[in-house]
Amino acid sequence: MTAKERSFLTAVWDFLCSLKLTIIILILLAITSIIGTVVQQNLSPQEYLQFYTEKTYKILDALHFFDMYHSWWFLSLLGLFSLNLICCSIKRFPRVWKTVMYPNLQGDDSLFRTLSNADEVVVPGTLAEVTEKLKAFVQKNFAGTVVTTGEDRTYLFAQKAAYARFGVYVTHLSILIIFLGAIIGNIWGYKGYMNIMEGTAMDTLRLFGSNEPLKLPFAVRCDRFEVTFYEGGGGRPKEFISDLVILDQGKEVEKKTIQVNDPLSYKGITFYQSSYGPAGDPIFKMRVRVKDSDEVKEYMARQGEHVNLPDGGSFAVTAYTQAYDRFGPAIQMHVNTPDGNHGNPFIVLKNFPDFDAQRGGKYIFSLDAINQRYYTGLQVGKDPGVWVVWTGCFMMIVGSLAAFFISHRRIWVTLQPVGGKIGVRIGGSAHRNQPAFELFFDGLKEKLKKELNV
Amino acid sequence: MTSTQLFNAVTLAYFASMVLFVVYLATRSKAVALGGNILAYAGFLMHTAAIGLRWRETYTLLGADGYAPLSNLYESVVFFSWTILLIYIIIDLKYRQRAVGAFVLPFAFLAMTWAQLRLNDAIEPLVPALQSNWLTYHVITCFLGYAAFAVACGVSIMYLIKFSKEEKKPENTPAGGLMALFPSTRVLDDINYKAIMIGFPLLTLGIVTGAAWANYAWGTYWSWDPKETWSLIVWFIYAAFLHARFTRGWVGKRAAWLSIFGFAATIFCYLGVNLVLSGLHSYGAGG
Repeated sequence: MTAKERSFLTAVWDFLCSLKLTIIILILLAITSIIGTVVQQNLSPQEYLQFYTEKTYKILDALHFFDMYHSWWFLSLLGLFSLNLICCSIKRFPRVWKTVMYPNLQGDDSLFRTLSNADEVVVPGTLAEVTEKLKAFVQKNFAGTVVTTGEDRTYLFAQKAAYARFGVYVTHLSILIIFLGAIIGNIWGYKGYMNIMEGTAMDTLRLFGSNEPLKLPFAVRCDRFEVTFYEGGGGRPKEFISDLVILDQGKEVEKKTIQVNDPLSYKGITFYQSSYGPAGDPIFKMRVRVKDSDEVKEYMARQGEHVNLPDGGSFAVTAYTQAYDRFGPAIQMHVNTPDGNHGNPFIVLKNFPDFDAQRGGKYIFSLDAINQRYYTGLQVGKDPGVWVVWTGCFMMIVGSLAAFFISHRRIWVTLQPVGGKIGVRIGGSAHRNQPAFELFFDGLKEKLKKELNV
Repeated sequence: MTSTQLFNAVTLAYFASMVLFVVYLATRSKAVALGGNILAYAGFLMHTAAIGLRWRETYTLLGADGYAPLSNLYESVVFFSWTILLIYIIIDLKYRQRAVGAFVLPFAFLAMTWAQLRLNDAIEPLVPALQSNWLTYHVITCFLGYAAFAVACGVSIMYLIKFSKEEKKPENTPAGGLMALFPSTRVLDDINYKAIMIGFPLLTLGIVTGAAWANYAWGTYWSWDPKETWSLIVWFIYAAFLHARFTRGWVGKRAAWLSIFGFAATIFCYLGVNLVLSGLHSYGAGG
């Protein structure tokens, strides 16, 4: 390698390690991310052409703005971000590792020159006596102490929360782990949906995006779907519930009633309640009473179908709703006279069986039940990377809390015989929150002077 | 008494406190500052009680369907205002810099006024997607983070005002007059950094709890929904701020500006996305 090549490589390395690059990437990520929140993502070309002219559409499409978070340039930016993170860590980590694992046990003159918290006293006694005294003092007021001896000096060293120095690396690593989890999910996971009619089983889902079918290694049966509404809630849904059964090799292996926020997982595949809809026409169970008599008849009516009445006329249900304002389930219907005249439409409420009597018609209708079969709309997902992502998230929080709020504090004491007495030098440092450490150290100095009677 | 009446009293207390803090800036009377502070603390206690009362009201009104009052725009704005006061009180206890009140109380007052006058405060049962304990964790962590950023923004504005005054008249630093009531630029810069240091892990936790909830409800922890993306934008900005601290030339003035930009993005993430853009969180729109 020539000198020129080497200097070029050094320049590249320095660029990738620089904190300036980190700041620039973070700001670039912040700015470019805005695009995808303003331009709607992943619509069809037809939908885009409703907002944009063809020219604008072509430009935005060429820039990958319609799926920007998966575009080569956004992913490259994330790649550069990761590279920057890795390089910074490779450059700085070994020194931090050394500081934590092989601490400088001997506070010599050059070290004391760098400490802003330091003090000196001279006390009577032998080196051994004073060493014992100080060892006990530091142990009691700070942390476990390591004693080493030099030529004519004795050194004491104690530290607290050295691991806090790793906090920032744990945080950085956590970002890479989250990326890894996302990549695992993208490669080995999938997302799709299944619409299962009540009472039937299915083993194939459709993938989001491509709409390709995908066969599962087992089948799912929906025994019941139910939607409930809040009473008096103006049709506000309360719960969507599906009774699901997993059929593996034809055997019922698992049963669960799922709802929104409470999915079912089997063999790493999870089923989420996401939507529902009617399957086929509803059947209305009607009870009809002839006015001023006890004569009651029951009918089953399909929507839109004319059902004959005893007098030669007929009735038909034309519409229904599960929640008619706050009155609950209701149908709209009409009655045809025997000569075929179409009557005015009216409402029958399921929860108020006597309501129709007020209409004053020949027949009084009440609704016993609406037999509507539903399909349940399930979102189906498999994501083997999700636990990797949660591990990363956990590390990020623990790591950043350690990095921000825990400070690595160190105390050095150096003892040296000076003309029949012992010179004691004490100093300390903290890698964070210096003001708090300063207060602590001032208190420590006071205590030490009291202890040594100087 | 209803929670609405109590929230009105809270709004009045914050207004009076804000006025007293402004009077304090003009008169420099310690007694006035003390009065402002007493009103702020009293308002905060009432505010806490009112949130508790509303919580109970959801159970009175909806029976077993009651919920922690953190589920719509009105409730979130009220809670946001509460967290601003909480962070203010913590800073007040630690730094005892009363002038900060004049820059923090207006945020709390405006939020309460907007909530009381313009937002729908009806107690309505929760739709299925919101029936999750994750909602509570998610909202509490996010808003504590937002409040820390609000405080950081307030002191950054103070920093820029004081810094520009000192720059103009370097001969009589620290600047006299009104500026004498402001903490020193060093302290302001320090509060800015500390507030963001507190807010950042909370925001991270807020994003993570939101992702966990989304994964539980929809099976995707991240879908680049505008709200999610904006929370990430805010995260990027404050991550840049924290790294900028270690780079020469990025402390002080630039840090103050970055903090203000960060808070502007935070507010857009909180309100702008719901009111301007569309997405999964759109149920918050219009409250």
